[in-house]
Amino acid sequence: MSVVLHEPGAVEQPAPARRRGASLWDSIRSRPSAVVGAVILLVVTGAAVLAPWIAPYGLHDQVGPVFGHPSWSHPLGLDDGGIDMVTNLIWGARISLVVGFAATYVSMVIGGVIGITAGYFGGKTDTILMRITDYFLVIPDVPLMIVVAAIWGPSLFHIVIVIGILLWTGTARVLRAQVKSVRERVYVKRARALGAGHVRIIFRHVLPQVAPLLIANTVLTIAVAIFDETALAFLGLGDPSRISLGKVIENAFQRAAISSGAWWAIVPPGALVAIVILACSLVGGALEDAFNPRLRVAHVSARTFRLRPLVGRSSESL
Amino acid sequence: MRGADYIIKRIAFAVVTVFVAITINFALFRLAPGDAVSNLSRIPHATAETRNAIKQQFGLDKSRGEQYVLYLKQLAHGNMGISFANSQPVTDNLRTALANSIPMVLVGTLFAIVIGTLTGVIAAWRRGTAAEGASVTTALSFYSMPTHWLGLMLVILFTGILPTGGMTNEFLINPSWWTHVEDVAKHMILPALTLGLVLFGEYTLIVRSAMLETLGEDYVLTARAKGLRPWAIVRKHALRNALLPIATLVALSLGYIVAGAILIETVFSWPGIGRAVYDAVLQRDYPMLQGAFLILTVSVVFFNLVADLLYFKLDPRITQ
Repeated sequence: MSVVLHEPGAVEQPAPARRRGASLWDSIRSRPSAVVGAVILLVVTGAAVLAPWIAPYGLHDQVGPVFGHPSWSHPLGLDDGGIDMVTNLIWGARISLVVGFAATYVSMVIGGVIGITAGYFGGKTDTILMRITDYFLVIPDVPLMIVVAAIWGPSLFHIVIVIGILLWTGTARVLRAQVKSVRERVYVKRARALGAGHVRIIFRHVLPQVAPLLIANTVLTIAVAIFDETALAFLGLGDPSRISLGKVIENAFQRAAISSGAWWAIVPPGALVAIVILACSLVGGALEDAFNPRLRVAHVSARTFRLRPLVGRSSESL
Repeated sequence: MRGADYIIKRIAFAVVTVFVAITINFALFRLAPGDAVSNLSRIPHATAETRNAIKQQFGLDKSRGEQYVLYLKQLAHGNMGISFANSQPVTDNLRTALANSIPMVLVGTLFAIVIGTLTGVIAAWRRGTAAEGASVTTALSFYSMPTHWLGLMLVILFTGILPTGGMTNEFLINPSWWTHVEDVAKHMILPALTLGLVLFGEYTLIVRSAMLETLGEDYVLTARAKGLRPWAIVRKHALRNALLPIATLVALSLGYIVAGAILIETVFSWPGIGRAVYDAVLQRDYPMLQGAFLILTVSVVFFNLVADLLYFKLDPRITQ
C-alpha cells in the first residue's frame, strides 16, 4: 500500500474564505511550471480582451499583398487576404477564448450540479445520475459535434452548447467522489444535527470545500473546449462570420498556404493554440494535484529512497 | 460466481449503450426541428409524385414511432440506407473506409504505446531529474498540439520527401502486390506518425503516474533491498503491476482514436472512416453521416467493454 499522507476525512475545520483564495494562488506559486502557465494565460487573455485597442491593424483591412512575407511592419507576415497575421492572432484568440470559457461554464454548471447532487444525496439518486454520466462518457465528442454542426448549421452558439453538454462528465465524477467524503465530515453532520436544510448545507459547507477542485477541473476543460473548436473550424463547421484561431488555420489551409510556402500563415495560429492548451494543462494539473486528495499519495523515490509526497506541498493546503 | 456476474453486467451495459446510441442517432436525424430528411422532400418545383416517392423512400409518410421501428429493423439487417453521394449502400462504403482506417490507426497507436511507455517509465524512474522534466514537457507539448495542425507541420517538413496525401500513387498502373504494399506503407508514414505523436503524450503521462504509484509500493522497496538490479525492478515488479491501468486506458483510448482520425484523414486525404465523415458533411450526405456516426459510437462502446473485460482479466479482485 502506498502511504496516504493525509486522510481526507481528518480535517474538521473548514478553512476561512480568505485562506482558501490564498491557497489557490499558493498551489500555483509553488510550482514554476504552473506559474509559467498562469502568466501565459494572463497575457493571452489580456491581449484578447484588449484586442480592439492593441491590434496593430484592422481585422478586415488589406494592408499588403496576399501571403506577404514577414517584415518589420508585419512581424508574422500577411494571410490569404493580405490581412496582418498579428491582428488575426489577437482577434482569433479572443473568439477561441470566448468559446473556451463559455463552453466550460456550461459544462461546469451541469457537472457541478450533477456531481454534487449525486455525491450528496447518494443512494438511488447517485446510481441514476452516474448511469446517465456513463452514457454521456461514451459518446465521442468530436463526431457528435460534427453531426450537430452539420445538421443545425455552424454557429458559435451551437459549438458552445455541444462542447458544454459533452464535457461535464469528468467534472461530475471527480466532484461526486469528493462530495461523498465531505458529506461524512463532522462539521457537516453537526450542521445537519442543528437542523440545517440540504440547500444550506450544500451551499455553506459542501460547495466551499469542493470549489477549488471544481476550478481545477474547469481550467482543464477550457483546454479541451478550445481544442474542439479548432477541430470543428478546420472541418469547415466553425462560425463563418467570426475569426477564431481554428478559422485562421482553416483559411490558410484551404487557400493553399502550404503550397505557396507561406508557413507564417499556418504555423503561428496552431502554435498559439498549443501554447494556450499547454498553459491550461500546467495550471489545471497543479491545481488538481493540490486539491484532489486522491492524488496526494506519497511514494518512495526509486533513486534516493526517501519518502516524498507526489506534490510539492504538505498537508496544510486543504 | 461474482466474476460471471461482473462480465454479464458489463456486456448488458454495452448492449444498452449501443441501443441508446442508435436512438440518439435516429433522433438527431429525424426528430430535430428542421431535420435533415424532411428537408429533402421540400425540393422546389418538384412534382407531387417526386415528393411522394422521396417521402416513401425515407418512410416520411409514416408516424415517428413506425419510422423508429423501421429504422431498427433495417439496422438489424445491416441496411443503413443508400449514400446520396455515390448511390452505393452506406454499409459497403463504411466497410471499405474502415478497412482503410484500421491499419493506419493501428500503426500509429503502436508507435504511441512504445514511445509512451518508454518515456513514461524513464520519467517515473528518474523522478525529479532533468530526464523527467524533459520527457513530461515533451509529452505535454505534443499532447497540447491541435491534431490537424501537427499534421500540417509534418506536411510542411516532409513535402517532397514522403507522400503527403492519399493512400496510393495514382500513377502506378497494375502494380505488383509487393510494389502496392510498399506504396501504401510510404503513404501511411505521415498520417500514422501524426497519430502516434498526438497520442504518445497522453500515454507517457498515464504510464508515469501508474509507475509512480507502483514504485511507492512495499514490494518495490523489498526488491530494492534484495539488491535486484534497477532494470529488473522496473520490468518485473513495477511495470508489470502498472500495466493494469495502462492496458485499460489504452483500450479505452482506442475507441476515441477512430473518432480522432477524422482530422488526420482530412489533412492527408486518407480514404478512411474519418475522411468519410468529412466528405459526408461537405456533400450533406446524411445517410453516410448517420452510418459513420453510429460506427464511431459503437466502436467507443466496444472498446469500453474491452477495457472492462481486460481489467477483469488482469485484476480479478475488481469484483470483490
